Amino acid sequence: MSREHNAQAGVKVLADGAAEDASLAVRGAPSPLSRPIDRRSFLQCALASGAALGVCEFAQLAVLGAIPAWAGPQKQDDSRFTVEAKFYQKLPNNKKIKCKLCPRECTVGDRERGYCGVRENHGGTYYTLVHSRVCAAHIDPVEKKPLFHYLPGTLAFSLATAGCNVNCKFCQNWDISQVRPEQVPAEYAPPKLVAELAKQHDCPTIAYTYSEPVVFSEYLMDAADAGHEAGIRSVVVSNGYMQEEALKTAYGKMDAVKIDLKAFTESYYKDVVVGELKPVLDSLVTLRKMNKWTEIVYLVVPTLNDSDTEFRGLARWVKTNLGVDVPIHFTQFHPEYLLKNLPITPVPTLERAKAIADAEGLHYVYIGNVPGHPAQNTYCPKCQRMLVERVGFTASRMLIRKGSCPFCGQPIPGVWHA
Amino acid sequence: MSAMCSTNRRDFLKKCLTGAAVLSANGRMGLLAAAEQQEAALAKSRVVIARDAMLRGVGTTVDSRRMLSLLDSAMQALFDHDNPTETWKKLVRPGETVGLKVNALGGRGLSSNLQLVEAICERLQEAGIKASDIVVWDRDSDEMEHVGFHVSTGGNRVQCFGTDRVDYEQELVTHGSVGSRLSKILTQRCNVLINVPVLKDHDSAGVTIALKNMYGVIHNPNKYHPNGCNPYIADLNMLPEIRTRMRLTICDATTACFEGGPGYKPEYSWKNNALIVSQDPVALDYTGWQIIERKRAEKGLKTLEGDKRAPNYIATAADAQHRLGTNDPKRIAVVDV
Repeated sequence: MSREHNAQAGVKVLADGAAEDASLAVRGAPSPLSRPIDRRSFLQCALASGAALGVCEFAQLAVLGAIPAWAGPQKQDDSRFTVEAKFYQKLPNNKKIKCKLCPRECTVGDRERGYCGVRENHGGTYYTLVHSRVCAAHIDPVEKKPLFHYLPGTLAFSLATAGCNVNCKFCQNWDISQVRPEQVPAEYAPPKLVAELAKQHDCPTIAYTYSEPVVFSEYLMDAADAGHEAGIRSVVVSNGYMQEEALKTAYGKMDAVKIDLKAFTESYYKDVVVGELKPVLDSLVTLRKMNKWTEIVYLVVPTLNDSDTEFRGLARWVKTNLGVDVPIHFTQFHPEYLLKNLPITPVPTLERAKAIADAEGLHYVYIGNVPGHPAQNTYCPKCQRMLVERVGFTASRMLIRKGSCPFCGQPIPGVWHA
Repeated sequence: MSAMCSTNRRDFLKKCLTGAAVLSANGRMGLLAAAEQQEAALAKSRVVIARDAMLRGVGTTVDSRRMLSLLDSAMQALFDHDNPTETWKKLVRPGETVGLKVNALGGRGLSSNLQLVEAICERLQEAGIKASDIVVWDRDSDEMEHVGFHVSTGGNRVQCFGTDRVDYEQELVTHGSVGSRLSKILTQRCNVLINVPVLKDHDSAGVTIALKNMYGVIHNPNKYHPNGCNPYIADLNMLPEIRTRMRLTICDATTACFEGGPGYKPEYSWKNNALIVSQDPVALDYTGWQIIERKRAEKGLKTLEGDKRAPNYIATAADAQHRLGTNDPKRIAVVDV
C-alpha cells in the first residue's frame, strides 16, 4: 500500500462523528496544505453536479444522525459500488474464478473474496465492491505523493477506497487499507463527480493514493477517463504489485506513476510486505517501456532494509534497467501498525542511502519525510545548481524553464508546466 | 484442554496410591513406567462423536427433540456425567455471558444448525445463564438471517446478531503473523466462548472446523489465507482474548462437506447426523479432518495431501510455540456415542 499518509481522512472521520478528534490527536495536526474534503463540500459539489448524484445522498445524510446507540457502522448500499471486475478468468469448476489483477492470482470460490478483500465472486462472476466508493479524499500538494518531477507546486485531488493487495507491517493507513469496504464509512463518488470536484478545487490532477489503487483499478481507469475529458490529469501512488496486462491497461491511463519499492530483497517482501519483489521490478521495467513518468520511493526501515549492499544493489538495478534519470526518494520510517518496535530512521542512514545512490550515478536522489533537508530540493545534475526548492510539501522556488536548467541548459526530465 | 481437567480429587488420590504401590513393589523403573502410563492416560484429549441416524426422522429437517437428546449424549460422554444439566454447570456459571460463535458463511445447507443452537441455548439457561446473557453471533447479520437466524438485539431474549452491528475494536491485537481488530461481541459482550463450527472442506486451508472458525472474529480474515492459512490460524487462536474465553467446541456435523468448501455444494455434502464435541480444538480438528478424509476416500477423491492442501495448520496449532491442543492420535481419545 501507499506510503502516503492519509493524514486526515476527511470523508471517513466526518462520517464517523466522534472519531474525528481521536483521529487528529493520534495523527497530529494536518498540514495546512493538506485539505480534507469534508462531507458537506462533497455533497454540495455532488448536488451541483446534478445528474451525477441523486437524492439518495440526502437520505444517507439524514440516516447518519439516527443510528441506534448499539449500532455499529452504517450499512452501505453495496449495489451501487459493485461493478464487474475487468481482470479475471472464469474457471471450469465450482463457479470459481482466478483473479488476474495482481501476481497473487487468488482463486476465489463462489461468495468469497480475494486477498484484497474488495473483490467478490458471485456465481462465477467477479466483482469489484469499491467502484466509486471513496473512503478518504483530500486536496494535497503533489509533492506529498511524493512526485517531485511532476507539475511542482500544484494540488492533487487525492482519493482512496478501502483495500490493499499486500499487508505491509509498517502501513500508515492500515485502517483503510487493511479493511473490507463495508468496515469503513465511504461516499459515492462516480468518476464524473471526481473530475468535477478536482476542477472546482483548482486541482490539475487526480491522485489515486493512500490505500492501494491496484485494487480499485476499474474505478481509477474510469475516473482518469472522466478527468481527461475535463482536462484533469491523473497520477497513481502504488506498490506496483500488479500483473503486466492490468498494469498496461490501468496505469496506461495515468500521466505519472509513483511506485513504492519497499526493499530490494525477496525475503523482506515475503516477511514484511507479504508480497514479492520480482513482479514489482517487472512493473517498473514495463512502465519504463511505456514511457510513463515514474518516480520511486524506498522507505528505509532500520535494521530491515537499510544495508549498504541493498542500497547499492537497488541503485545499480535502477541505473541498468530504468536509467539514471528516474528519481528515487529514500524516505524516513515512522513506527506504525505492526512495526512499532523499531525506531524512526536516523537521518544519517538516509544520507548514507543517498550517498550510495549518488555514487552509482543516479541523477535525482531525494530524502523524504525529513522537512527542511537539502536533499528535498532538485539540483541540476550537470551544473549542480538548485532548480526546485522545497520546504515541506511546498515547492517554494521553481527555476526549471521549458524542461531545462536555466543555468546550463541541461534537460531535466519530468512533467513540467506547459 | 485434555481429559485431565475432568479428573476429580478422588481419582487423583487413587492414582497416586497406585503409583506408591508400584514404587514399593518394583522400585524406580516401575515408578517410571507407571508414571508414563499415567501421563498417557491423563493427557489424552477427549473428542466425542455423537451420532443419531434418525436425527431427521423420515424428513430432511433436523428434529429439535432428537437434537437436544444428541447434544445431551455428547455432553454427558464428554464430561462423564449422567445429568445433562449438570454437565453444563461444569462449563458455565450463572452471571457469565456466553457467546456462541456460529458459522453462517456456507449459506443455507451448510451453516451452524438452528436446532443445535437452540438446544445449546436451552441447556445454558437450565445451567443458570440468563437468556439475555447468551449471544449467538457471527460476522454479518445479513448472512445469519439468510441461513435462518432471527436477529435479536434487545429484551430478555437470547441475543443474536453479527459484528456488523457493533463493529470491531479500534485497537489491533497481535500474535506472530496475525495483527487484527477483534469483534466487539467477543471483547465486550461475552466472557465465555462456545465455538459452534461446521465440519467442512476448505479450498485453501484443507478443512475448516474449530480453529478456523475464529476467522469470523476478526476484521481482516482475507489476509490470512495464503499458505493454507498456516501459521495464521494457529497464531490467531493464540490471542488471549480468544484463548481465555474458549471453553468448548460443539462442531455441527449434521451436514458436512468433503469437497468444494467452504460454500455449500449439495453434490459434495452428506447427511452425517453427528455432533463432534471437545474442549481441545486441535484434537477436534484432527478428528474432523480424518472424517473428511474417510469420506473423500469413499468418494474416490484424492487425499487433501494429494490435493496439495493438507491442513498443516493443525500441526502448527499443536507445536511447541502454540500448544493449543494435541494432534497426536495416540493422545486423542475418540469416544463414539
